[in-house]
Amino acid sequence: MLYIKCPYCGLRSQNEFAYGGDGTVKRPTLNKEVSDKEWDNFVYNRKSPRGKHVELWHHISGCRQWIKVQRDTVTHEIFKTVSADKEI
Amino acid sequence: MQKYSAFSLFKNALKGHKDWQVAWKDPTPKEEYDVVIIGGGGHGLATAYYLAKEHNITNVAIVEKGWIGGGNVGRNTTILRSNYMHDENGLFYEKGMELWRNMSQELNFNVMYSPRGIINLAHSDAQMNAYARRGNSMRLNGIDAILLGREEIKKLVPILDFSENVRFPIFGGLMQPSGGTARHDAVAWGYARQADSMGVDIIQHCEVTGFEVVNGKIKGIKTSRGNIKAKKVGLCVAGSTSVLAEMLNMTLPLETHLLQACVSEPIKPILDHVVTFGAGHFYCSQSDKGEMVMGGDLDGYNSYAQRGNLPTLQHVLTEGIAMLPFLSKLKMLRTWGGIMDMSMDGSPIIDKTHIEGLYLNCGWCYGGFKATPISGWTFAHTIAQDKVHDLNAGFNLNRFNTGHLIDEKGLGTKTWIS
Repeated sequence: MLYIKCPYCGLRSQNEFAYGGDGTVKRPTLNKEVSDKEWDNFVYNRKSPRGKHVELWHHISGCRQWIKVQRDTVTHEIFKTVSADKEI
Repeated sequence: MQKYSAFSLFKNALKGHKDWQVAWKDPTPKEEYDVVIIGGGGHGLATAYYLAKEHNITNVAIVEKGWIGGGNVGRNTTILRSNYMHDENGLFYEKGMELWRNMSQELNFNVMYSPRGIINLAHSDAQMNAYARRGNSMRLNGIDAILLGREEIKKLVPILDFSENVRFPIFGGLMQPSGGTARHDAVAWGYARQADSMGVDIIQHCEVTGFEVVNGKIKGIKTSRGNIKAKKVGLCVAGSTSVLAEMLNMTLPLETHLLQACVSEPIKPILDHVVTFGAGHFYCSQSDKGEMVMGGDLDGYNSYAQRGNLPTLQHVLTEGIAMLPFLSKLKMLRTWGGIMDMSMDGSPIIDKTHIEGLYLNCGWCYGGFKATPISGWTFAHTIAQDKVHDLNAGFNLNRFNTGHLIDEKGLGTKTWIS
């Protein structure tokens, strides 16, 4: 069981959260020409690191806020959690 | 190579089993190979075997970080099937089914091939319609498919929950009679033994730490046991693909996720087929030892852990009990996890890359085991001829750029959603 410290609610079990994927992916800027490569990197290509991974989680059965979590993908150790608008 | 037979077993039994040859050698890496395959799992071993057998390329090494058969080929639920709707998948996997049929004879190793039939249950009229469509698509590609009604399913698998007041009543199902199971370890060992006998070096406990690429051309690999020169290199490392891709400055349409499976204590024969639950993600078959072999969803977040988490197991087994209520009375014997290379459309990638002489075999998602022979067969062709075979032409890396996705389940890019 993962225990994730929601920045709004405190430590809660993973059962309250939904996973939102890689938190470092940025949507290409609006109202600007987007190349195929940029679009591919946004939609499909992922680094999928073995080790520290910044990811989005949705506290769907709690405060319903999106948060950013830095977690190790091998040991599942969670280093840091912040609200989704902040950088890790 | 010593031939295995009833006679050789009898002869060696009389000698106290002291004269069996080793099944494959433990060579020191040579300085240079024509082809180096990274990853000594089912796909890597099959690739090396078909390179030697179909293309006469025998100066080949398989480089494996752990031991052969210790990764996903030893961590799956041993199911074989080709019940796909899209042509790219259907034709590819059906050629694979042909290879499965002759595998024990071809490898002189009993892979315990058991075409017991696979049944996908339907729990609504809409699902029956979807299965009728998939079944028709399968039959157009020459794959056996039968649409079964509730009463027909009841005759085949009476142990399922057919009570009237359940949340997901069984409306019927789609059956592929030629689907089934095979002994996973035997597949790895059979390919390894034959590949070794044809001159392939199987180098275990040898981790790849880097690549030598000069002017866009692969020259060799760096490993924990020294540098190895190679004219061509094939990647067959499933869940570790992104790790190697990073060494090559490639970012791939893959995420590595964890998939669990489990077996119950052994019981008397009760389930003759492979059966899948249609209102969630759960499947079950009974092994020859009598264990119920079960699996389902991913753990749901990026993971290289090779071990699972209990909430997912509980979720999967809740579905299992909805389908086969007697499972609740059984004790769990073992659970395990493997790391899956989840591609962004749910279909594999077998292709050349922008680096000359470097070939990619990945993106197997939940379904790598059944693909073992055909993956090796097409990947060997791609490496040997330096061009893709018709059967894996659709599984190119460029499809994510051009929009020619093969999204069998319509899941989109969120691979952790099930």
